[in-house]
Amino acid sequence: MSATEERTLPPVGELAIATIALVVVGGVYMAAHLPKHFSLVIPIIDLAVAVGLVLTNVVLLSRIRPFAWRTFFLVGKWALAGYVVISGMLVYVFARDHTPAGPMAVLAGMLATFAIDIPMLFGFSVARFQEPDRTD
Amino acid sequence: MVDVAEVAPGAPPGMAGGPPPIPEFQIVPLRGLILVAIVIAALIVAIAGNWLWALDFFHVVGGGMWTGIDLFVGFIVGPIIGRMSIAARIEFSTRFMPKMLLLMPTLVTMTLAAGWQLARHVGNLDAGYHRHGWLVASYIVVGVMAVIAIGLLEPANLAVLFELKKPQPNPELIGRLMKRFIYTAGITGAMQVATLVIMTRIAT
Repeated sequence: MSATEERTLPPVGELAIATIALVVVGGVYMAAHLPKHFSLVIPIIDLAVAVGLVLTNVVLLSRIRPFAWRTFFLVGKWALAGYVVISGMLVYVFARDHTPAGPMAVLAGMLATFAIDIPMLFGFSVARFQEPDRTD
Repeated sequence: MVDVAEVAPGAPPGMAGGPPPIPEFQIVPLRGLILVAIVIAALIVAIAGNWLWALDFFHVVGGGMWTGIDLFVGFIVGPIIGRMSIAARIEFSTRFMPKMLLLMPTLVTMTLAAGWQLARHVGNLDAGYHRHGWLVASYIVVGVMAVIAIGLLEPANLAVLFELKKPQPNPELIGRLMKRFIYTAGITGAMQVATLVIMTRIAT
C-alpha cells in the first residue's frame, strides 16, 4: 500500500494534542497562582493524566507495522533537541525565580512531558505519509 | 533533515500535466540556527542578569513580531496562498515554511521567558496586582494558541515540507495540509487580536 493512501492508524495525533492541552491547562493554572502557595492536587492529577496519555501513545506507536520509523526518529530527534531547549529555558526561568520545590517539580514534570510529547507528534505527523521501512 | 531536494522527475518542470517544479530547499535552514543560538544566549544573559531594559526589549520585540507575523500570515498571506496554483504554493512553501520553522518557536520562547521574568521583576505576578485577571487571560490566550500552533499548524507545516522532498509529491495531500495551515494561521491571527487588547490593558 502506498504511504500516501489513507491508512487506519491509531489516534496518536489526537492523544498528543490532548496531552499538549493538559500541559497547557496545568501550566496556566500554576502560573496564575504563583508565586503564592497553593494546592498542587489539581496540577498533579493533570500531570498524571498527561503522562498516562504519553505512555498510551508510546504503546500505540510501537504496535504500528509497517511504519516509516527512520523518518519518525529523524523528525523526532530534531524536534526533541528544539523542545528541550524551549522547555529548558522555561525551567531555567522558574528556577531563577526560586520557585518552591513542590510547584517546581510539577512544572518540570509538565515541561518534560511537553518535550517528549511534541517530538512524538511531529514524528508521527510526518512519518504517516512516508513509505514504511522495508524491514517492517 | 537538511538534505537538498531533487527536482521532481517526469515531465519537464512547469509543463502541462507534468509534476510542478520543486526548488532546492533545506527543511531546517542551518545558517538560521546560528541566529537562533545567538538570540537564546542573549536571552539567557538577560534573564540571568535580570536587566529590566533587556527583558523589556526581548518581550516587546518578540511579542510584537509574534503578533504581527501571526496577523499578517493569518489574514494577508494565508488567503493569498489559498488562491495560488499548486505549483506556486509549492514554490512559496519551500521558501517560506523552513524560515517559519525556526522563527516562530524562537519568538515564542523569547516572548514568554522574558515576559514571565519581566512580570515578576515589576511585581505583576502577585495576586494582589490590580490587573492580575488580565494577566491570567493572557496565559489562557497564549495556551490556546500554543495548542493550535504546536498541535495542528506545525505538524502540517512539517508534513508538507517532507512531502515536497519526495520524488513524486502528492499535490492532493499538500493541498489538504496547506488548507489546515491556512485555517490554523487564521485562528491564531484572530487570537492575537485578543493578545493586543490584553497587553494594552495591562500596559495602560
